[in-house]
Amino acid sequence: MAIKFDIKNADLFYGDFQALKNINLEIRDKEITAFIGPSGCGKSTLLKSLNRMNDLIEGCKITGSFKLDGVDIYKDIEITELRKRVGMVFQKPNLFPMSIYDNIAYGPRTHGIKKKAQLDEIVETSLRQASIWDECKDRLKKSALGTSGGQQQRLCIARALAVKPEIILMDEPTSALDPISTIKIEELCQQIKNDYTIVIVTHNMQQATRISDKTAFFLHGEIVEFDTTEKIFSAPSEQRTLDYITGRFG
Amino acid sequence: MSEKMRTYKAHPMSLLFSIITKIAVIITIAIFFFIVGYVIIRGVPYLTPSLFEWEYNTENASMMPAIITTFEMVGIALLIAAPLGVFCAIYLVEYAKKGNKLVKWIRLTTETLSGIPSIIYGLFGNMFFVIFLQWRLSLLAGACTLAIMVLPLIIRSTEEALKSVDDSFREGSYGLGAGKLRTIFVIVLPPAMSGILSGIILAVGRIVGETAALIYTAGTVAKIPGLFESGRTLALHMYVLSNEGLHMNEASATAVVLLVTVLLLNALASLVAKKLSKGEK
Ligand SMILES: Nc1ncnc2c1ncn2[C@@H]1O[C@H](COP(=O)(O)OP(=O)(O)OP(=O)(O)O)[C@@H](O)[C@H]1O
Ligand SMILES: [Mg+2]
Repeated sequence: MAIKFDIKNADLFYGDFQALKNINLEIRDKEITAFIGPSGCGKSTLLKSLNRMNDLIEGCKITGSFKLDGVDIYKDIEITELRKRVGMVFQKPNLFPMSIYDNIAYGPRTHGIKKKAQLDEIVETSLRQASIWDECKDRLKKSALGTSGGQQQRLCIARALAVKPEIILMDEPTSALDPISTIKIEELCQQIKNDYTIVIVTHNMQQATRISDKTAFFLHGEIVEFDTTEKIFSAPSEQRTLDYITGRFG
Repeated sequence: MSEKMRTYKAHPMSLLFSIITKIAVIITIAIFFFIVGYVIIRGVPYLTPSLFEWEYNTENASMMPAIITTFEMVGIALLIAAPLGVFCAIYLVEYAKKGNKLVKWIRLTTETLSGIPSIIYGLFGNMFFVIFLQWRLSLLAGACTLAIMVLPLIIRSTEEALKSVDDSFREGSYGLGAGKLRTIFVIVLPPAMSGILSGIILAVGRIVGETAALIYTAGTVAKIPGLFESGRTLALHMYVLSNEGLHMNEASATAVVLLVTVLLLNALASLVAKKLSKGEK
């Protein structure tokens, strides 16, 4: 399959601290790629550099090339355009303090869609795609913060889908959720993967094996090993990967 | 109860401390009710219709012009201070980089300004607006002086309100491709609004209660002023009446109106804060 993101020789510094060291990674279209590794190894950092959320952090310096469909995202794409194409779901659900409808419609409105009929349609499809339409179709005008944590995270996914991105970045989207909500989100990822490229950070090995096609194992700011999930979890070629997945450290 | 007694026996200091805190509360409440009660008992009997006649003269000592001047003063001062303060705070919180020199300076200035006694604002306003700009003792000179006086208060409360908006909302908005302007106006400002408004209402309270700064800038003429004419607000009206010593009863009646105004403003501030924060959830 086609390469979506092509990252070459990427280094990232927070001030003097080097958080990413010489990262080389190819993320393919319509695949789920998982980032695993111990805390503080740079998973979130790399994820955020894919839609330039690091730009918000002062003193963050990035070198190397990040190409999306062959175009350098740090040089040749407008940042709002990039974030429209590369959506993000955060660790903690962060719905805005407004109605469910306004939350989902926020992205499309941002990108210039004003007609009510069109917005209605986008809201419904996004909610259906995120399998939460039935649960909230009767309360679209009610505050989004009145829903459960699991529902909120699925609404966050729906909100990201509403701008019709090509790629969705998820940073430990289930770490704050109960097992049943977690399963629902995993199923959701499986369903939408035919249409979207997904990059997901997870601390949960089972989750990585359940849903991802490829897995990258991070350690101290480097990618130690990147391969198919099957290979990583059955016969990794690096001793350090084996140690991590068998729980011998981290 | 018995359990409480046992802890107190083991730690006699904690009993003492709990008594001290309770006494402090009782004294505070007593002072408040004493003042309010005193003002009302002293002033209410003299609240006569003639006090609200349109024109002031030495016969009726009407406070109507002063009431209207107070509204004018509040309106103009806020028209200047509110936008200035709110935009300044938005710059400080949303735009300025951390460690920015300018930010340090603005912080230092606002902190210093908020600690200055109001009479000093009055002297400055007198020198600058009244004499240098030749506005003479006027509504505008007074309002500008008061605007400068409440600016730090508005900046501070707006800053706090903006900072209390969770960063994850900003991230969510940027993550959907929204720009800075849209993020600030659609995502950050609405939940911060109650904090901003209660800051502004507190500022109104300070304007309504101010006298020292106005004596030197707006003067004490007891007529409804135009922009460049002198006029006295309620607080100043009361000060002048009691200073002259001829209308002590009318001064007491004015105090009642002033007190009620300030209490209403404070009630409004907390009501607004409550209404808006409920609207979010
Ligand atoms: N804004 C920042 N400023 C300075 N250092 C940072 C910043 N964000 C992250 N770091 C550092 O960069 C390193 C990588 O952080 P990152 O958040 O990418 O780790 P992670 O792999 O996502 O960890 P976790 O699993 O705990 O989320 C850590 O050592 C962290 O302390
Ligand atoms: Mg992380």
